[in-house]
Amino acid sequence: MGETLTGAQALIRSLEHEGVDVVFGMPGGAILPAYDPLLDSPIRHVLVRHEQGAGHMASGYAHATGRVGVAIVTSGPAATNLITPLQDAFMDSIPVVAITGQVAQSNIGLDAFQEAHTWGISAPVTKHNYLITDVEEIPDVIREAFHLAATGRPGPVLVDIPKDLLVDSMTWHRPGEINLPGYKPSVKGHPKQVQAAVDMIHESKQPVLYAGGGVIRANAADRLRRLAEVANLPTVTTLMGRGAIPDSHPLALGMPGMHGNYTAITSMQQSDLLIAIGARFDDRVTGKVDAFAPNAKVIHVDVDPAEISKVRHADIPIVGDAGAVLEQLIFAMEHFLDTKPAPAREPWFATIREWQEKYPLRYDQDPDGPIQQQYVIQELHRITSGDAIVVAGVGQHQMWTSQFWGFEKPNTWINSGGLGTMGYAIPAAIGAKAGAPDELVVAFDGDGSFQMTMQELVTASTEGINVKIMVLNNQWLGMVKQWQKLFYDERYSSTDLSGGVPDFVGLAEAMGCAGLRAEKPADVGPVIEKALAINDRPVVVEFACDPDAMVFPMVPAGGSNDDVVLGPEDLT
Amino acid sequence: MRATNITQHVITVLVEDKPGVLARISAMFARRGFNIHSLAVGPTADPNLSRMTVVADGPEMEQIIKQLYKLVNTVKVTEHAPGAAVEREIMLVRVNAEPKRRGEILDAAGIFGARAVDVGKVTITFELSGEPGQLSDFLELVKPYGIVDLVKSGRIALARDPKSKNGRRAELRSA
Repeated sequence: MGETLTGAQALIRSLEHEGVDVVFGMPGGAILPAYDPLLDSPIRHVLVRHEQGAGHMASGYAHATGRVGVAIVTSGPAATNLITPLQDAFMDSIPVVAITGQVAQSNIGLDAFQEAHTWGISAPVTKHNYLITDVEEIPDVIREAFHLAATGRPGPVLVDIPKDLLVDSMTWHRPGEINLPGYKPSVKGHPKQVQAAVDMIHESKQPVLYAGGGVIRANAADRLRRLAEVANLPTVTTLMGRGAIPDSHPLALGMPGMHGNYTAITSMQQSDLLIAIGARFDDRVTGKVDAFAPNAKVIHVDVDPAEISKVRHADIPIVGDAGAVLEQLIFAMEHFLDTKPAPAREPWFATIREWQEKYPLRYDQDPDGPIQQQYVIQELHRITSGDAIVVAGVGQHQMWTSQFWGFEKPNTWINSGGLGTMGYAIPAAIGAKAGAPDELVVAFDGDGSFQMTMQELVTASTEGINVKIMVLNNQWLGMVKQWQKLFYDERYSSTDLSGGVPDFVGLAEAMGCAGLRAEKPADVGPVIEKALAINDRPVVVEFACDPDAMVFPMVPAGGSNDDVVLGPEDLT
Repeated sequence: MRATNITQHVITVLVEDKPGVLARISAMFARRGFNIHSLAVGPTADPNLSRMTVVADGPEMEQIIKQLYKLVNTVKVTEHAPGAAVEREIMLVRVNAEPKRRGEILDAAGIFGARAVDVGKVTITFELSGEPGQLSDFLELVKPYGIVDLVKSGRIALARDPKSKNGRRAELRSA
């Protein structure tokens, strides 16, 4: 016979069995029983200052480590505070398990104190969710939750546990075999489809390999690069796929989409074949769908069959894990090339090189003018040799970071792509650093985005999680301002954040962090050096940036990717 | 099929019999912008599984079927082409029936195989099960007498044995 445990003890032991080393959360009434055995567990608990932070920390942890991130919070308002990070993780396919306390079963449905219908609220924002109704279920449900979060197309899973079940006794048992008759994610692609894809790739004169976040999630960056090399394919990496091929690689074209570079956008637009791997033809990549890559055939590899032909018809659909299918494609391609010469595609590469020379990403840093945001990003990259995990909030700074930071490795770029959650940077950076304590973790944040989750700086300082937050302060909700400038006749409705508050340096210090400030371009390098030298507490650096800077290139929303706006001079 | 909109689709969803699964399925239709015309749920021969028959409106069902498959508790989703499944619905309809007109109403009901299951002073309630078109036809027939109340079960469907050659498929198509 197994030991007798409380439901709470069984929960913590189940987490230990999953190899969980850190959880992010905050206690409260309904989850309280679970916090007692946590004291005796080797699992580290990071005490957050707001439950939204716990969710984004779990996501940042998952991004940086590739393992499942865990958030644990109480019922009612705590559970509702988790909804944004759950939807965020859902959109970006990040493996997260959320444990929420629920009021006792006898109180469910009675509008009890801190009761919320967590199951119902979280169902549309999770891959799957549970309300436990029997204490004996705990080990099996936790096992299933981790399995679901991490396999197939990863995503968030929520487990809601009524308080009485946490207190009840059960006989501990290791979870049994997973029994999910309706859940069997494909791994290998269909061999016939793979062969058809290889033929199509070989025949293509103007192919583009289109790598999305699925490549990162599948740990398949090495194989993506190999396929690009074997088949001689220029490769774009989406916002979620940055790092899937090193930016310094001669085949790497950088990021496509609304704020992508001209070459990445235009090569897709003019290609005769798109090979999409773990990418989902997001509207920020395609622009106007009807005008997107009009002459391209499509090979679409995705572990989620629902993504295939959702937005753009796939001529060759391949359902499977990105890594497994890439292996099949490489193998078949190598075999194929034993008998036939590799296509050189010289005219295509010549055209691409011409675009790259003619339309590089650019900005001008006037040494006497305000600090350009891009300059801060490039300086930090230069000083660290790019050896850091980089996190961003949402807005202009996020796009500039994706554009100007050269990503050389997967899992070093953490941002909120699908949902576009302002406030993501600080908690996600904390989660990443908690999961990868030996790495330098740097977040670029906007002044608007920063203020949404800045209380988590207290979490960072009290927990000794020494992240470095670079606030690119332009005193505006910059991306919104950019749209108002371009599309609303410069009528700046409610986007002005100027006025000198908050005092970012004072705020950082009040929260137990070091606070630094760069006023002018000449300060940028030295202040970064200083920030990197402080390792006994988190650091916040405020950069007084250009309030008028805009993100270019830009494809206006709903517009065709043929109409790339390269800079202010293109605007009349 | 008679009286059936061309954009109606009949989908059978085999699901694990777990709490909340009906909510997941119906919410998926709502989230993806599909309107449910009728939905019927019940047990199957396997005690762990339930079968839902959903009649939904929309131009095409491929995307919603894929989304339904993504639900962890979904085991199988089938869209039935017209005539490819045996489709049935049950209906209770209460009709005005003054004593002097009862005879003719009961005669008409007899032709359709509708059973009188409740007879009041001025109404009769009929039970009729059959193909959806048959039910509509019966309703057309009794409409002039005055329909007082009506309830339908929602359609249930079971794919035909692919080897069946009983001619019903052809009959349904031509009907």
